[in-house]
Amino acid sequence: MTEATIAHRVSPVQAARHSLTLAWRNLVQLKSNPGELAGFVIQPLIFIVLFVYVFGGAIAGDSASYLQYALPGLIAQSGVFSIMATGAGLNQDITNGVFDRLRSLPIARSAPLVGRAIGDLVRFGASLVILLGFGMVLGFRIHTGPLSTVAGLALVVLFGVGLSWVSMLIGLLAKSATTVQLFSGVLMFPITFGSNVLVRTETMPGWLQSWAKVNPVSHLSTAVRGLLTGTPVGSSVWWSLAWTVALTVVFAPLAIRAYRRKV
Amino acid sequence: MYAIEAEGLVKRFGATTALDGVDLFARSGTVLGVLGPNGAGKTTAVRVLATLLRPDAGSARVAGFDVVRQAHEVRGVVGLTGQYAAVDEELTGTQNLLLVGRLLGLSRRDARRRSAELLERFGLADAGGRRAKTYSGGMRRRLDLAVSLVGRPGVLYLDEPTTGLDPHSRNELWGIVRGLVADGSTVLLTTQYMDEADQLADDIAVIDHGKVIATGSPDELKAKTGGQTLEIRPADPDAVERVAVVVAELTGVAPTVRGQRLSAPVADPAVPAAVLRRLDEVGVPVLELALRLPSLDDVFLSLTGHATGDANGNGTGRVS
Repeated sequence: MTEATIAHRVSPVQAARHSLTLAWRNLVQLKSNPGELAGFVIQPLIFIVLFVYVFGGAIAGDSASYLQYALPGLIAQSGVFSIMATGAGLNQDITNGVFDRLRSLPIARSAPLVGRAIGDLVRFGASLVILLGFGMVLGFRIHTGPLSTVAGLALVVLFGVGLSWVSMLIGLLAKSATTVQLFSGVLMFPITFGSNVLVRTETMPGWLQSWAKVNPVSHLSTAVRGLLTGTPVGSSVWWSLAWTVALTVVFAPLAIRAYRRKV
Repeated sequence: MYAIEAEGLVKRFGATTALDGVDLFARSGTVLGVLGPNGAGKTTAVRVLATLLRPDAGSARVAGFDVVRQAHEVRGVVGLTGQYAAVDEELTGTQNLLLVGRLLGLSRRDARRRSAELLERFGLADAGGRRAKTYSGGMRRRLDLAVSLVGRPGVLYLDEPTTGLDPHSRNELWGIVRGLVADGSTVLLTTQYMDEADQLADDIAVIDHGKVIATGSPDELKAKTGGQTLEIRPADPDAVERVAVVVAELTGVAPTVRGQRLSAPVADPAVPAAVLRRLDEVGVPVLELALRLPSLDDVFLSLTGHATGDANGNGTGRVS
């Protein structure tokens, strides 16, 4: 099926409605699955407790000041973790036949992909708010204004959009869910932990420092930290945006091509 | 008037030719059974007719729409139920139905009404609020079928709908299919079970190695294999050998022996009575004697030289 022949059959309004219906499905899955919902709410809390209260004292002397440092980093890092689920979800739909069912319906060809992306971004946005909320209950203080805070969260969501293309590509190409997990893991750990999310990079050996400095998650975490707590932002906001654009430019065409092959 | 017309369908996957010039015709309001062993090309044919695969050659029209050029229109008139129930396991039965109803453009209210109606009809009303993950195999198939009926498709593809189901669930599904056809739907049913095709299909296309090797009504196919089969079971298990000798003498063929049951093809209608008389003379009482048309299993065997199903499929085993 080529795009040209589809265009006159499904209007953009209908296509948007199809995508939103599928995003709804994605969110209902979460709502009707108590285990997943609990995990969704509790995971941020576990991250805070683990990193701030278990390691915080050793890293920063006291956990209160470490919370102030680490929470923005955790917010940036959670983006990577949640968005990797997009590919896994897509892959699952393909392997268990749901994708074929959707393709056999007279709906916009793009809807299954767009719907999943939208649904996952909404989930992700909610998880950011939960993370920030928990942090504030435990003593995290925003030193900037609401506008700056929103800008910080928006930056993370935007980066999530860029990253979701990578995730989708993995989900579309992988033969099984296990492969998706393996690939996502290999990708996730260097970019989340090899960064300034949890520690200042000055303490790392030189080779790791040079990676941590170019790592997009480092830039993102510096940017969020600055936008929330008023520490110097430098060029980190621009780097984060540049990475978002770069990921999109490189991976969106690849993911869309892989998707077209499936559709 | 044909609801499905496929001519010369070819589909290759790399070096494998899954469809090698397949012609299929389904009359409106009837069941076309596509019969063949695993890997014969049945699923590939269904996927082409459901617009999920583009044929490399040949053409197909469903309800008058071309599956390649008018794929969107075809999707509007067909329903698809695959071999593996493609329901969203994380959603409840109701949510699965609502999802498709909404995607097909029903209003929230109409989608709710349609979902309730289908759950009721498929005996899932009590399970509607439960996640599909918790359903039994039979319930899942019924939900899958219900989902494919949300848009009231005129043409329905059932790809091995009863594979892996217990006999009770299978009977239930057969009943549902008969009901759908009575309501005017056209059904294309793929199966590797002879009795299923025999029970449901008005017409049968036998497919093997990507080619249609025979078509006709179940009775026509049976007639093609020729003659009838004599089945006989002596009252005394020890008499089997003596019976075999008598049958071989009168039919000219050594009978197949399965346990205490002997069977042999017969061309002459006078043979059964002669067998019975002779056995009476030698004093062998007979418990059972029957003359039957060949089963579709016999038909398949004689057409392809191997039995249906794969080696560990339905127990018949592959001869090749």
